[in-house]
Amino acid sequence: MSPKLKITLYGLLCVLCVPFVFPTWWMVTSSFKPDSEIFAFPPALLPSSWDTSAYRQVFELQPFTTQYFNSLYIALLVTAGTMAVSAMAGYAFARIRFPGQNVLFVVVLIGLLIPSEVTIVPLFQMFHGLGLTDTHWPLILVPILGAPSVMATFIMRQFFISLPRELEEAARVDGLGRFGTFSKVALPLARPALGAVAIFTFLHSWNLYLEPIVFLSTPEKFTLPQALTQFVDAYGGPMWNIQLAAASLTALPILVVFVLAQRQFIEGLAHTGLKG
Amino acid sequence: MTLTRTRETTATHRAVVSPYWTFRRRDNLVGYLFIAPQLVGSVLFVLLPLGLVLWYSLHEWNVLAGTFQFTGGDNYTKLLNDPKLGEVLGGTAMFSVGLVVLNLSLALVLAILLNQRLRGTTFFRTLFFSPVVVSLVAWTIVWRFLLQADGGVNGLLGAVGVDGPNWLRGETTAMVSVVVVQVLKNVGLNMVLFLAALQGVPSQLHEAARVDGAGVWTRFVRITVPLISPTILLTSIITVVGSLQVFAQIAVLTQGGPGLSTTVLIYYLYQQAFQFHHFGYGATLSALLFAIVAALTFAQWRMRRKWVFHES
Repeated sequence: MSPKLKITLYGLLCVLCVPFVFPTWWMVTSSFKPDSEIFAFPPALLPSSWDTSAYRQVFELQPFTTQYFNSLYIALLVTAGTMAVSAMAGYAFARIRFPGQNVLFVVVLIGLLIPSEVTIVPLFQMFHGLGLTDTHWPLILVPILGAPSVMATFIMRQFFISLPRELEEAARVDGLGRFGTFSKVALPLARPALGAVAIFTFLHSWNLYLEPIVFLSTPEKFTLPQALTQFVDAYGGPMWNIQLAAASLTALPILVVFVLAQRQFIEGLAHTGLKG
Repeated sequence: MTLTRTRETTATHRAVVSPYWTFRRRDNLVGYLFIAPQLVGSVLFVLLPLGLVLWYSLHEWNVLAGTFQFTGGDNYTKLLNDPKLGEVLGGTAMFSVGLVVLNLSLALVLAILLNQRLRGTTFFRTLFFSPVVVSLVAWTIVWRFLLQADGGVNGLLGAVGVDGPNWLRGETTAMVSVVVVQVLKNVGLNMVLFLAALQGVPSQLHEAARVDGAGVWTRFVRITVPLISPTILLTSIITVVGSLQVFAQIAVLTQGGPGLSTTVLIYYLYQQAFQFHHFGYGATLSALLFAIVAALTFAQWRMRRKWVFHES
């Protein structure tokens, strides 16, 4: 490759990454800027003095610790539940032959066509009828069992199909039952696919916005995405530095985990069932 | 009685009659148990609500007034005569087309750049991918901040002497903004999938074509594109269906405005059902959304036969 082409490519890459990196940079630095500086022109890349009052106000104006805990425990629970449900269903659809299998698979696959947004009105009514609105149950049960987990089941099925059967057959000759074969042989081999499912599911739950604003009404029960939009002044205008401080607190931990584990993260997503 | 027992005893002795729980039966049971949670979930949280959507759509249902009345096709007549619906569907189409075209082409360009033999591509890959893991509402809030009239985007534009518009207040610029913000958030996913597909294209094919005198563009169109076409199909299906589910970004950035310019179908549905409390009409809009998603998915699967090169 000629040096000239190399420089052009690097230049292109650097320019292209500005809109990907600049917002995160701006979010974090602006959250430390005093009110007067936040819309200063020309924009300063760093605050003139680091002001942490916005971070204090995040916790004073909202029960932010509780809301953080809500988002975290819901996302972790949904991730664990989806992994279990999709691994079992995916394995059964890929490996076990039982009557009615194909019909039941089609029934499940319909979920891919029906994003949960389509069914939000009846879901609200159903949970309302059970007295479960303004609780976390709909945010936990629907993703684990409903439309969002169907994609995970599909990914797991595709992965189990691609595994060589011989290993499992050997395990069965050695006297392991179906469940033993699944948990001791197939599941450990499916770690990459399970990893991809875990990442997707966690991010999906962490980002959920429509469902919380439909189902939840008490600030103590809010999840983070919903809480972020609550930092508004008396006229409904956003209190920018506080919103940005709360947004930084929401985004940075996951961003750090991602940067540390980015190789497994990206390659896990690229090389599992998602490839088709 | 005695006779049966004798027979049974002899059978056990001879081990000819197999027990009820044969290997096959036990395996079937395990199969049903394994799919049970997903199947029950699908019936309860997908099929039943879908049926209810259709049922509700035949009713006039105002939650505040407490009315629930069977009205047959009235909601569908209302749908056809809804003066806002044309604009909503037009906006939805513009949003989805803009999103899919920009997302897939940018993803492909980035993947091609990252597929070059350059040092530091892993670093750039991490940067391009990072918005995927940034919380969606956090990302949108930052962009709302950046897109204010005196915000960071216009600050940067001002630094190079361009007088930027008030992005979220103009009809066209608001639409452009929501599309671009959403593309930047998620293009990393498709980029990674394209990159994996590009790495699967055998380099011998390119070498052979080059020896035969094919230029860069010809090789791209004749070799690369056909070989990665299954990935193009997969990403386009995911992206099209995903574009119809974009809600948080619109709610935070523009609330559907100015006017109706960024009111996409899902946002209109939310407004009708949960802000104006017309559950029946909301359900009718849900039915429409479902029909659109199903039709698009079906059309894309049909297209697969025509132009996807090979299938796994």
